[in-house]
Amino acid sequence: MTLQVELVSPEGILYEGEAQMVICRTVEGGDIAFLTGHVPFVGSLAVGLVKIIEANDQTNLLAVHRGFVSVANDRVTILSDVAELAGSIDVARAEAAKARAEEALQASSEDDDARAALRRADVRLLAARS
Amino acid sequence: MPGAQERILRRRINSVKATKKITRAMELIAASRVVRAQQRANAARPYARQITKVIEDLAAGGASVDHPLLREAESVQRVAYVVLSSDRGLAGAYNSSVIRAAERELQANQLEGIDYELITIGRKAEGYFKFRNYRIAAAYDGISDKPTYEDARVIAEQITAMFERGEVHKVILAYTEFISLASQKVAVRTFLPLAPEGTISEAGSAGALAAYEFEPSPEAVLTDLLPRYVEARLFAALLDAAASEHANRQRAMKSATDNADDMIIKLSRQLNRARQDAITTEIMEIVAGAEGLKEDQGDEEDLLLDRLEPIHLFPRHEEDQRHSPPGHV
Repeated sequence: MTLQVELVSPEGILYEGEAQMVICRTVEGGDIAFLTGHVPFVGSLAVGLVKIIEANDQTNLLAVHRGFVSVANDRVTILSDVAELAGSIDVARAEAAKARAEEALQASSEDDDARAALRRADVRLLAARS
Repeated sequence: MPGAQERILRRRINSVKATKKITRAMELIAASRVVRAQQRANAARPYARQITKVIEDLAAGGASVDHPLLREAESVQRVAYVVLSSDRGLAGAYNSSVIRAAERELQANQLEGIDYELITIGRKAEGYFKFRNYRIAAAYDGISDKPTYEDARVIAEQITAMFERGEVHKVILAYTEFISLASQKVAVRTFLPLAPEGTISEAGSAGALAAYEFEPSPEAVLTDLLPRYVEARLFAALLDAAASEHANRQRAMKSATDNADDMIIKLSRQLNRARQDAITTEIMEIVAGAEGLKEDQGDEEDLLLDRLEPIHLFPRHEEDQRHSPPGHV
């Protein structure tokens, strides 16, 4: 038994395949892992990593900046308008974005946009490097 | 002077040929773009479908459906019209049909005393409404032939904000639906308040068919989800409009190229006739000139032929006559 996993963005289907486990982070701040037989679940995703572990233990990492996960009948659907496969992340660009966000944060620590940008850049780098 | 008409025709043929090259190139470009636009529209479909499904799941899970984006106003006093047109012309009736459809709707509502706000996408709609002194609340250009999700997000945010602030009580979207390469249809649809395929309103009755777990809560997920749904719908409309624009341009340019071909054939025929006419006129002039010259030299009966003796034409004829035995003649 495996999970049918689909990661859909408005630009197209980013990932489609079978997996034994899917881990993602919800807005509540915790990671949640789905295995086969999970109860139907709908959740909002936080900026974070989505880890898809395939049947042969190969791990696919994605950076998801916001979105939803819907689980029912061993089908996991992740919806995100901003998501990137680890392989397609531009590390240099993410680093530049991180530096920019840190600078903005130093100027004013109240800058929520910059904080969010920093978090996004961190997640991108995390996905690209691990 | 002979040849004047010929020259004019030749110049016209050359200009039609040059135009044909341009329309042909535009046709080919549009043809390749329409394929890409169609692929993008198809690629966006799973997302829209899945997001609708999650909303259905929410409804089935018994989420409360009281959300500003779903609330219908008791009395509609002002409607926002979002018109999706293109930045550039030469796309046949593409722009005028969608603009006219929106304008008709707007005027019909105006007769009933409903005010309007206009949001135009694409330079053509902006120009049209500005020229007719309509009030334009917002105009976007530079996105219509290759819209990105980010564009859809920005525009959706503005529309949603207007709606949530109660500045408008309804949002109508006028765009061109892409049905197939050969068929595109202007669609004027209610965009907000949302009525996602009637599923949300049936939320209560559906009950807890599936025992969904929600995190953080059904309401919070719905609040997060609906703006995304609005964006996805607008994005789908933008992609449809872009594909339709390219399909329309391809068709318009194909008929322009065909017309140029017909015109070249017609003009070439005219040119040939003009050339033949010119040659005929020239021959007539030479003959007339020769006649004139001859008249100057001799009497009236002195035709050129009369002055030519067979002897001059056939010198040997005389000799034959001389040597032939008498009686033979």
